[in-house]
Amino acid sequence: MSDGLDSSLPMIEIRGLHKVFKVGEGRVHALRGVDLRIMPNEFVAIMGASGSGKSTLMNILGALDKPTKGVYLLRGKATHAMGMSRLASVRNEEIGFIFQSFELLNRASALKNVMLPMLYSNQRIFSARRRAKRALELVGLSDRMSHRPNQLSGGQRQRVAIARALVNDPAILLADEPTGNLDTKTTSEIIGLFRKLHENGQTIIVVTHEEDVAGYSDRIVRLRDGEIVSDHPTSEDPMHQAWVRRMSEGMGGVAGASEAEIDEGSPEPEAQESAR
Amino acid sequence: MKVILAVILFVVRLVVQTVFLALGQIWANKTRSVLTCLGIIFGVAAVIAVVGLLGGMRGFVLKEFETIGAKKMWVWGDVPESKESVMSWTDVKMTLSEAKLILEKAPSIDTLTPMTEMGMGVSYKGKVLQGIRVKGVWSEWHEIEDRQVIYGRPFSRIDEEEARQVALVNLTAIEKLGLSTDPSGEYILLDNRRFLVIGLVETKDFSFADGGQGAEAEIIIPYATVKSMNPYSGVYFTMQMKDPDAADDAEAEVRFILRNRRGLGPEDEDTFGIQVLQSVIEQFNMIASVATIGGFFVAAISLFVGGIGIMNIMLVSVSERTREIGLRKAVGAKPPTVLLQFLVEAIVLCLVGGLIGLGIGQGVIMGFRAGLDWMSEAGVPVWIVVGVLAVTGATGVIFGMFPAIKAARLNPIDALRHE
Ligand SMILES: Nc1ncnc2c1ncn2[C@@H]1O[C@H](COP(=O)(O)OP(=O)(O)OP(=O)(O)O)[C@@H](O)[C@H]1O
Ligand SMILES: [Mg+2]
Repeated sequence: MSDGLDSSLPMIEIRGLHKVFKVGEGRVHALRGVDLRIMPNEFVAIMGASGSGKSTLMNILGALDKPTKGVYLLRGKATHAMGMSRLASVRNEEIGFIFQSFELLNRASALKNVMLPMLYSNQRIFSARRRAKRALELVGLSDRMSHRPNQLSGGQRQRVAIARALVNDPAILLADEPTGNLDTKTTSEIIGLFRKLHENGQTIIVVTHEEDVAGYSDRIVRLRDGEIVSDHPTSEDPMHQAWVRRMSEGMGGVAGASEAEIDEGSPEPEAQESAR
Repeated sequence: MKVILAVILFVVRLVVQTVFLALGQIWANKTRSVLTCLGIIFGVAAVIAVVGLLGGMRGFVLKEFETIGAKKMWVWGDVPESKESVMSWTDVKMTLSEAKLILEKAPSIDTLTPMTEMGMGVSYKGKVLQGIRVKGVWSEWHEIEDRQVIYGRPFSRIDEEEARQVALVNLTAIEKLGLSTDPSGEYILLDNRRFLVIGLVETKDFSFADGGQGAEAEIIIPYATVKSMNPYSGVYFTMQMKDPDAADDAEAEVRFILRNRRGLGPEDEDTFGIQVLQSVIEQFNMIASVATIGGFFVAAISLFVGGIGIMNIMLVSVSERTREIGLRKAVGAKPPTVLLQFLVEAIVLCLVGGLIGLGIGQGVIMGFRAGLDWMSEAGVPVWIVVGVLAVTGATGVIFGMFPAIKAARLNPIDALRHE
């Protein structure tokens, strides 16, 4: 998936990132000096309480919004200094963004939805249909291409959105609470799909409230009031490990089952699951 | 080379996609779109119908005038309004000496015939028709009116000089009187005088300009003969100019000669009237132009009002689809692309309205053509159609620009957050 860049160079590097929103007379300081470095093929979960600035950070990483202050280098390019059109190209070519509310066009078929980014791409407009079909196959929706979003389940809709995010071979896949609107079973399908993509080399950043979703990642970054308060590999994250212990001691149940899948770490079961 | 081709293909494809997107959007909101377009539909229909019908009228009138002859000019005696109390029409009657003077002295006048008319009772073999219009003319009449003789012979100078009792008839007169198809040699009675019919003269279709006389029975006799029967019949001159473009000269010459002859001082008004066919055509053209300008004015106002409707609906469309715009931007649509999308939508909306209006306008023209014979030439020139559609498209550009800019300027994340 990622295009053989030097894996020792960071995929994303941000330094001293600030974001201030003006609300009427007042100001909301949503990000207060965030430093973060993400290497190729990382799978990072961003966590934190509501209002801690996760979406604000993701929007900046996704080139959807610009920082008030600070440096954002995406594969070495100074993204923080780009204008509207350059940012649009970055979004089109380097970033796949997945929204909590899917954001599909209701009037268009799944295939047309997935083709949308290529409508705005200079090189890929001629191969759009082929690429869109391949992306839908990858997320296991080859039999739903002509369905409209309202003829699909929530999980299927999110998979269409994932196919759309992947269709231009983005350098990073960003997902802001991708499972926030989905039930537990569908959530593990979607996260299983992420896991498979990650194993194929995709760099992924996921914002989530759920520890079991974060459990699939390699690294957990925690925000509080616009600042990073902890940044650990998942296996060393104290909060997450405490949650894992609670889960296995306590009820076991659903969370325990998904925990077991991570430990196995084999791509096969998930691949089958996501293709289902 | 290949790159250029690829770029062209890309642009074409983008435009095609945008147009289809716009058409889809319009189709999804059919009722709203049509209501929005009403102003434009009305404006275009108005201008097309006005131009088309005027074209039909002009074609008809010009054809009529051509039948009459573009080199023609008339003079008649006329009492000026200020002199009505002191003069009667007998004081201003055209005289033969004036006719001769004009022929002698006016270089722009080619030929002339005095014309007089009176109603007479006509009978042939016991069959009597009352109130038939009998015209008195010189032999020059054949040339000036372009009335050829089909059977028999035309009038000659001698007929006039000797005030012979000879007559030409038209086909209607033959039918009404029961004369044979070649009537020459037969005798008819005009107010109880015996006239020799010398031939059949062709009928011209003066359905419009001459008060629809074409189908009437006509009997034509020498001018002098009419005068000998009734010296008080009214007289006017029909003249032929050498060149239709010399109409102004001819008019000035005739006016000068007649004023001189009648001893009119510089302050006196003309005691005669002059009409040149050319100036009638010009008058008609002017009226037609005024009507055309009126049509375009109505169209301009309708297009303006329609344009504001378009702008309004596009603003609604932009705010309804803010989330969609946000998504398109999020996946890489650049501001100019979004601008193009909404601009094309406005243009397509306007053009759809324009085409509907064109259809209605053409329908009106077709209705007139089917309903009225003389409107057979009603129709709109292609350049008007193209021009009207171009203006309609321009309306879309002008009034779609503001909403399109608004959409293009939206920040993707704000747009996505829009409810
Ligand atoms: N467009 C905006 N205008 C003003 N304030 C904003 C805007 N977007 C975010 N904020 C504020 O910035 C802070 C961070 O918001 P953000 O959406 O990043 O939080 P979050 O961590 O994603 O929360 P949640 O988990 O609820 O999604 C909040 O206080 C929020 O009110
Ligand atoms: Mg959020």
